[in-house]
Amino acid sequence: MDKSEKTALTLGLIFITFLFFLVLILSKALGQDVPECITPETIFESGELVTIEEGKHYQLKSVGRMWTFEPAEVVIPVGSELEIFLTAKDVVHGFYLRGTNVNMMAVPGTINYKTMKFTKPGIYPIYCHEYCGSGHQFMKGVIKVTQ
Amino acid sequence: MEAFKINKSSKIILLIEIIFPIVLLILGIYNGLLQTLYRSGIIHGNSFLGIEYYQGLTLHGVINAVVLTTFFAVAFGNALMMFYLRKQLNKFTNILSVVLMVGGTLMAALAMLSGKASVLYTFYAPLMAHPAFYLGLALAVVGSWVAFFGWIPLYTSWRKENPDKKTPLAVWGMLSNFIIWFFASASVAVEILFFLLPWSLGWIEGINVELTRTLFWFFGHPLVYFWLLPAYIMYYTILPQVAGGKLYSDKAGRLVFALFIILSIPIGTHHQFMEPGIEKGYKLIHSILTFGVAIPSLLTAFTVAASLEYAGRKNGAKGLLDWMFKLPYFDKNKYLFAYGIIGLLIFIRGGAGGIVNASYSLNATVHNTGWIPGHFHLTVGGPVFLAILGLSLYMITKILGKEVKYKTLNLMVPYFWFVGLMIFSTGLKMGGLEYGEPRRTNMGLSYLNMGGDSFEPFWLFTTLTTVMGGIIMTIAAIFYFITFFGTLFSKSVNEGGVVEFPVAEAYHDEPNIKPVNKLLPWAIAALLIIAAAYYGPIKNTLDNTLTKSPTYLPSSPVPHTH
Repeated sequence: MDKSEKTALTLGLIFITFLFFLVLILSKALGQDVPECITPETIFESGELVTIEEGKHYQLKSVGRMWTFEPAEVVIPVGSELEIFLTAKDVVHGFYLRGTNVNMMAVPGTINYKTMKFTKPGIYPIYCHEYCGSGHQFMKGVIKVTQ
Repeated sequence: MEAFKINKSSKIILLIEIIFPIVLLILGIYNGLLQTLYRSGIIHGNSFLGIEYYQGLTLHGVINAVVLTTFFAVAFGNALMMFYLRKQLNKFTNILSVVLMVGGTLMAALAMLSGKASVLYTFYAPLMAHPAFYLGLALAVVGSWVAFFGWIPLYTSWRKENPDKKTPLAVWGMLSNFIIWFFASASVAVEILFFLLPWSLGWIEGINVELTRTLFWFFGHPLVYFWLLPAYIMYYTILPQVAGGKLYSDKAGRLVFALFIILSIPIGTHHQFMEPGIEKGYKLIHSILTFGVAIPSLLTAFTVAASLEYAGRKNGAKGLLDWMFKLPYFDKNKYLFAYGIIGLLIFIRGGAGGIVNASYSLNATVHNTGWIPGHFHLTVGGPVFLAILGLSLYMITKILGKEVKYKTLNLMVPYFWFVGLMIFSTGLKMGGLEYGEPRRTNMGLSYLNMGGDSFEPFWLFTTLTTVMGGIIMTIAAIFYFITFFGTLFSKSVNEGGVVEFPVAEAYHDEPNIKPVNKLLPWAIAALLIIAAAYYGPIKNTLDNTLTKSPTYLPSSPVPHTH
């Protein structure tokens, strides 16, 4: 290899390392990490919204099944922290909250976990974005964040 | 280097390996175009002309991304081995491999066409397909292994006869590619033979879904390098010569292929960043390794650009950048250059987008949105696809002694494809990143159904952009089919029966350092890194999955009983 080639290789390495530090800053310092891996005792069978502290802190236990989310509609007040526990009853589903960084997979037999603080009121649609059979395109839910 | 006269059986087999997937590609491209029409709501329904949306998507993925690419890698590999090693292929492995590949593909095609395998090429257990789909694909993969096993004795005897020569770079690259392919597809073979197949036959009760996903992506990401490396072989060993120059550095090429052997496989978990079951730490390790695999591509960008600059200067360029304009972009007789350079230009955008996907939690902004197909159409649908089209045509002319029939039309293929693909991928990428458009979804039936309850107007613009791009891409493909079949059925101009490729000499040709110029140490290093990178994730999927899943058909939420 000649000199210019070694320079190119070094610059490439520096560039990639720099990008990787940006990734670390995003995930560790700015708190936008990948979903958590939960090792539960049992898998919940049905979905529900659990109030931990009224107006502030809720837990959503969401179950994806062909072709709906359970619960399909969730209403919480603005400013509340939502812990999302996600599983699937039958096949693999997706849980994508449009306009946010909540993008999770629902896999049967496991539980996925992520938290989200809702600072803006509005209607946040949940789309299933993983192919889950012939009704996939109709699988949708909603989180309503009220004033 | 002179053309190499091939024997009759090799001639017939090479023709089958090239023509069979190109014929199937007609169906693959047709279903690709239909995808864009469905997604935008232009086709507003479950099926069109007897093919359902998800069935068509399965056909599009399997034919274009698995069948075409695998057949081409084997055909190109067969031709390169004969040409560079100056040896005939082993008749037994050659016949066995083509029989397995064609037979397996036909089995899978029947399962898909009968509507019993609408599970997409990523399998998606616990959705279940007909056993013929799994078995057919497994046989096709084994067929490609058999071809590889047939090359090994040819290569080792060549080494014995030429102890002081370096392995030809194209052979080095193709063997590296099949080492990657063999290691990676072993995991999908395990997935099919030990899980999916017995389970779809009703022999075992349930499966661990997260484990099957992990096994799939163990295979699914190196698969993209298996697609890509034949194109890289073209860029290193063919393109510089066609451009009128030399390969800038032979050693860089060797290093790049060797780096792919060790870095291609231990990175599959980056498809699973948003999944439960695998701990964050392992995801981060796979993210780092995925960044590592960008290095050989950056090095390739430099080496190929340097080679083309050398060619441009040989063609008379004097200034800083005018070498770029002294290259045979529009030379009808050097059409391989157009196919190659356009693929490379597309790949700049494809590779840059890929770094976003690999960026650990940044993946949350794009995972399973339209951005992802937008990205991989710029890689497999760009450089890989154009290299396959260009070289398939080229090999046919040599084997049959033809002259390309419609030269202008042929030259237009890469340029039309480029324009179409840029528009198409912009639609998908913008739709995904800006507006959260989901991938693999028949949106025309729901979200883009005007007048329906779930109509989403903000997806209209991006999906229609995708349609426009898709139409231009289809026109390019039609130009290609006319050229390809026109050439195939034209009168021969010479007796043919040969394999021959342009051979780029090296500008910096380092001496042969024997221990470095061996593939086995790289393969062993790869196995060690794979074991270290995958021990944790696989153990995770076993520990963190509490219940096994029964089988489901895509059409019903009730478990399937045998």
